Amino acid sequence: MFDVVVIGGGVVGACILRTLTRYDLKVCLVEKQADVSMGASRANSGVVHAGYDAMPGTLKAKFNVEGNRLMPVWAKELNVKYKNNGSLVVAFCDEDLETLHDLKARGEKNGVPGLEIISKERLFELEPNICKTAVGALYAPTGGIVCPYGLTVAAIGNAMDNGAGLLTNFEVASVDRTADGFTLISTNGQTVQARLVINAAGYNAGRVASAFGDDTVKIGGRKGEYILLDRESEGFVTRTLFCTPSKKGKGVLVLPTVDGNILLGPTATEVSDEDTTTTKDGLEEIITKAKTVCDNIPLYNAITSFSGIRAYSDRHDFIIEESAFIKGLINVAGIESPGLTSAPAIAEYVVNQLIARHFELKENKNYSPYREKDSFFMGLCDEDKNTLIKKNPQFGRIVCRCEQITEGEIVRAIHQNPPATTVDGVKRRLRAGMGRCQGGFCQPYITQILARELNKDLTEIEKSGLKSNLIVGDTK
Amino acid sequence: MKHDIVIIGAGPAGLAAACQAYDSGVKDIVILEREPHLGGILNQCIHNGFGLKRFGQSLTGPEYAQRYIDMVLERGIKVYTETTVLSLTDNKVITAISPTEGLFYIEAKAVILAMGCRERSRGALNIPGTRPAGVYSAGTAQKYVNIFGRMPGKEVVILGSGDIGLIMARRMTVEGARVHAVAEIMPHSSGLKRNIVQCLDDFDIPLYLNHTITKIEGKDRVEGVVISQVDQNKKPILGTEKHFKCDTVLFSVGLIPENELTKKAGVTLDRATRGAVVDQTRETSISGVFACGNVLQVHDLVDYVSEESAIAGRFAAEYVLNGKRDKQTVKLSAGENVSYVLPQQIDKGLDGNVKLFFRVTKTLNNCTIRGLSGEKEVFAIKKRVVVPGEMETVILPKEKIELIDGGLTVTICD
Ligand SMILES: Cc1cc2nc3c(=O)[nH]c(=O)nc-3n(C[C@H](O)[C@H](O)[C@H](O)COP(=O)(O)OP(=O)(O)OC[C@H]3O[C@@H](n4cnc5c(N)ncnc54)[C@H](O)[C@@H]3O)c2cc1C
Repeated sequence: MFDVVVIGGGVVGACILRTLTRYDLKVCLVEKQADVSMGASRANSGVVHAGYDAMPGTLKAKFNVEGNRLMPVWAKELNVKYKNNGSLVVAFCDEDLETLHDLKARGEKNGVPGLEIISKERLFELEPNICKTAVGALYAPTGGIVCPYGLTVAAIGNAMDNGAGLLTNFEVASVDRTADGFTLISTNGQTVQARLVINAAGYNAGRVASAFGDDTVKIGGRKGEYILLDRESEGFVTRTLFCTPSKKGKGVLVLPTVDGNILLGPTATEVSDEDTTTTKDGLEEIITKAKTVCDNIPLYNAITSFSGIRAYSDRHDFIIEESAFIKGLINVAGIESPGLTSAPAIAEYVVNQLIARHFELKENKNYSPYREKDSFFMGLCDEDKNTLIKKNPQFGRIVCRCEQITEGEIVRAIHQNPPATTVDGVKRRLRAGMGRCQGGFCQPYITQILARELNKDLTEIEKSGLKSNLIVGDTK
Repeated sequence: MKHDIVIIGAGPAGLAAACQAYDSGVKDIVILEREPHLGGILNQCIHNGFGLKRFGQSLTGPEYAQRYIDMVLERGIKVYTETTVLSLTDNKVITAISPTEGLFYIEAKAVILAMGCRERSRGALNIPGTRPAGVYSAGTAQKYVNIFGRMPGKEVVILGSGDIGLIMARRMTVEGARVHAVAEIMPHSSGLKRNIVQCLDDFDIPLYLNHTITKIEGKDRVEGVVISQVDQNKKPILGTEKHFKCDTVLFSVGLIPENELTKKAGVTLDRATRGAVVDQTRETSISGVFACGNVLQVHDLVDYVSEESAIAGRFAAEYVLNGKRDKQTVKLSAGENVSYVLPQQIDKGLDGNVKLFFRVTKTLNNCTIRGLSGEKEVFAIKKRVVVPGEMETVILPKEKIELIDGGLTVTICD
């Protein structure tokens, strides 16, 4: 019997799980996929929003500004890539400029520090590739970027190091009420018992709440597609560029990722399932819109495209509360943008306010907030590198040449918290296969290492879980 | 560590360069190779057709490689395998890493870049759809089949009719898979004619020219693809969609020279070849750094790689023995219907003929290849047919080189 079970291994569930382990509680996270961070937390813009966008008084505004403040601290403790690169909302006409003043006022009300409207001269100085039609911008110095799946994996890994449990391939299908809590039953017949449950199931949060008997959580989906450019384009822009929202819509962002790639997107299309197909129209829309933000975008450097689903609630604000109908069920739902930014602040609130009503929170004396980076080897000094290679020659073998990832790091990621069990799992933790060749060279080796370390046959190794096997049999 | 010549990569380029450098008088040579075996990509090319020009017989990839491996070993040239070069500086200091040697530095008098190329990935094409398992570049599939002895799929559609794609169409078929189609966006294949005949026609595999994949389906594993015809602007034409059920999609959509090290060292690159800018000695913009093989330009045949690499090997040795040369370089450039010319520069101070390599942008019949220096025609050669899939060459004799004034532009016209 766990004190608290978190449903959903996205960034929200991850941050809550980590915060729970600060206290003497028996906790566990269940995730329906083969790995964590497979939902919205895998595919988003990675922007740590400053907080001028949300309406004052909303939960979004409150947690965004607070999350923005916490993010650098979390990123440092968990060794997650984060950069305070600042963001710019770019205006292309006088009407836009007026909107910028509104945004600035709104931001100030929300408590965003340092907002400033800057001239086009200053703008071109900061970002020379912005279209020459720009007339000015709102500059938010507290804007940042973070690796979203890096944060999710690290928060769960750190929580596990501090004693939390993780069950993957556990899709909550139904729930039984017990005398002192709930029994969660998965689609494949496993069960877990909990006194208290946190529903952080993202797009599925409505369905999960219903399984408990709470039908008030209504979630819709809006797909966002992206195009990612190779790191060869690093420096094309250094800040996060937004278009000024107008009647014509929101436009797309042009921004750097923490790894030095350039990201273009997202689009916004209503969807009725979790299908993350990218579409021809979507990709064309990104290109057309991105060209209205920047000149000479190095599109020839595109290395991949992907999409994620924003899970929004019918309240159009976050739902973060104990269910009015089911005592002991806490819904954390409708966490659309700025959900990534807000996640650490949401976690603090959920644990220290909502959970505190159910448990006396005693400090976990063994809690350590720190986690080492998964890809740490190239960051070591030469002497440490050589000591490590002497001890374990696998660290001298580069498997992913584009990202310079060693066999030693891959083996470590397979065995450490949370364990990487799929090719994509290795990729999300180490970037192995995420570089310019997109795994062309290293995928066969990574598959081989996974098979060896997990004692499986090559045919059993999957790209991303479920039935995504890479090898179907032997040659003749 | 210090060595006279350090060669990065032990594919056919690195091996040939090493032998020639040795035979030109430099004995202190090391080759660094990241794979456990010498031979590079040839090791997984178990089909034959290699060496017709170089050895006058048809060898398999591993056989061709073995000839050069033997030559390297006979000469006692030092090789480090499982050794990855992490960086190269402009003063020729190499950082490398291996399980046995750890992290180490080599100061080289001359460096030969022979890292080969990589395949363009699916992402570069921005094909819409899902991202399931079962999508491979043709070379990755080739590795699974030929090195691991495992099948990456059974029902296959191939995008791109580059040589690796064609070879894999046959290879997968022979191993019991069904190749439903090869789609090629261009009106012509970028592969060799003989591969189209031997790999597709002989196995009744349909080649759809002017077609591309417009959608990949399947959540976990590929379940199907849609291919569509394209118009002159390479845009899919609505209503021409054909659906294929399959579990595998192979991409053979081009090769890109692997020049990350080169670029970080500060070597000037050519936007068209995506390789270094070199003169006829294959010396790059950093003196003492040479490049050859597919890292310099993507060749059709390994025989040409060996030929080019011997040049780099010879001049790297001369550089070590005689030091830096004074150069009188003239620039070469690609004119009408030509996508690139290599070398990009000629040092007029050197003796001997220069062989120019270039590619055309479209098929032309009964055409003339011209070399123009300003208004002056330096050479004109008639050709019955030129195709983008096959590299063209012209030998420029010394006396013609003398005629070049300022620069030379190569053009091809009807
Ligand atoms: C296109 C796009 C762009 C965005 N850009 C930004 C941005 O720039 N900045 C920002 O701050 N925010 C951004 N967001 C929002 C941010 O990504 C989300 O708010 C955040 O990732 C939500 O995390 P989550 O944990 O709630 O959901 P998810 O990451 O979706 O996690 C939910 C998890 O629950 C699991 N699950 C579902 N059902 C069950 C079940 N029955 N049993 C067990 N497990 C289950 C799922 O598999 C999934 O892993 C963006 C979102 C999208 C889609």
